[in-house]
Amino acid sequence: MPKSRPTRPVGETPPGGGDLPRTLPRVPSPPQEVRRAAVTLGAAVGVFGVSFGVVATGAGLSVPMAGAMSLFVFTGATQFAAVGVIDSGGSALAALGSGLLLGARHIGYGLALRRKLLPSRRRRLLAAQLLIDESTAMAVAQDDRRDAEGAFWWAGLSVFIAWNIGTLVGALFGDALGDPETLGLDAVFPAAFLALLVPFLRRRDGRAATVAGAAIGLALVPFAPAGGPIIAAAAGALVGLVFARPQEEDVPPPPEEPA
Amino acid sequence: MSWSWPALAALAVGSYALKALGLVVLVDRQLPARVEELLGLLPAALFGALVVVSTFGDDQSLVLDARVAGLVAAGIAVWRKAGFVIVVLAAATTTALVRAAA
Repeated sequence: MPKSRPTRPVGETPPGGGDLPRTLPRVPSPPQEVRRAAVTLGAAVGVFGVSFGVVATGAGLSVPMAGAMSLFVFTGATQFAAVGVIDSGGSALAALGSGLLLGARHIGYGLALRRKLLPSRRRRLLAAQLLIDESTAMAVAQDDRRDAEGAFWWAGLSVFIAWNIGTLVGALFGDALGDPETLGLDAVFPAAFLALLVPFLRRRDGRAATVAGAAIGLALVPFAPAGGPIIAAAAGALVGLVFARPQEEDVPPPPEEPA
Repeated sequence: MSWSWPALAALAVGSYALKALGLVVLVDRQLPARVEELLGLLPAALFGALVVVSTFGDDQSLVLDARVAGLVAAGIAVWRKAGFVIVVLAAATTTALVRAAA
């Protein structure tokens, strides 16, 4: 850790990052609770990585192909969807379309994080590969910009390492671990995202956006292809905006009626 | 041939492009304050949907199963201000127990 490391500002970082330098050599270390959460998420994802390895090789992918998919695509939902299409005999194009539809939510994650992470462009090119549900949720749950950056990298790398090791273990050795659902591990993800939503649930607009997003997602499950409900749920943010408590300074007084 | 290295490369490039679009490409774009506010609320809407879809969704149908018990346990843990690890352990344990009992 360099001695000249700037002290963390007390409370919230001003919007826009204030006087933060353009590039930082190191990822700031987030609080211990955040590091612990990142490792916990990694552990759960790792077990699903094993499942992915098993499902991928079962669908006919070679071990290097399954491994490369986890390294380079690195989005669980997209990978499972693509492999599912392949397994059911669908075309490569159908697998691609279904995978990318599920991946479209990352546009929203990237937009939400563009002011939340530190501005180093070079690091963001790497960060983009680690932009997943878990890293985004961990980052947006932090108030401080340096904590958000640290949380993003800890969660992203923890999940990346676990997912890739898991994939190789599953592809090479099969599912000696058994079904992760027996251990209730599929319940980890909704629980984790619920916990990470708490900062939003404390605010009126955040609550409205969460509830609206959930309602839209739920309503569309029977009608939209996998991935569709989540993307459509982005409209919930508009509902949140309607419920935003207007701040005195940015609401101009109503124009006076001309006499 | 239904799946191949070129198809895999296309999926990887496409996935990365979706991830990089907001984070890298549009980063310097100045947007109106209301739009920034909207983007700040996007995760709430998306994760709200993710929570319920991954709890009640089963392909294209809605089901009630052991995952609901897990989410309720997680909700109680969150409400009691439990730490993150406790929240996910409560959810996993509850779901596993309900499944084992079923």
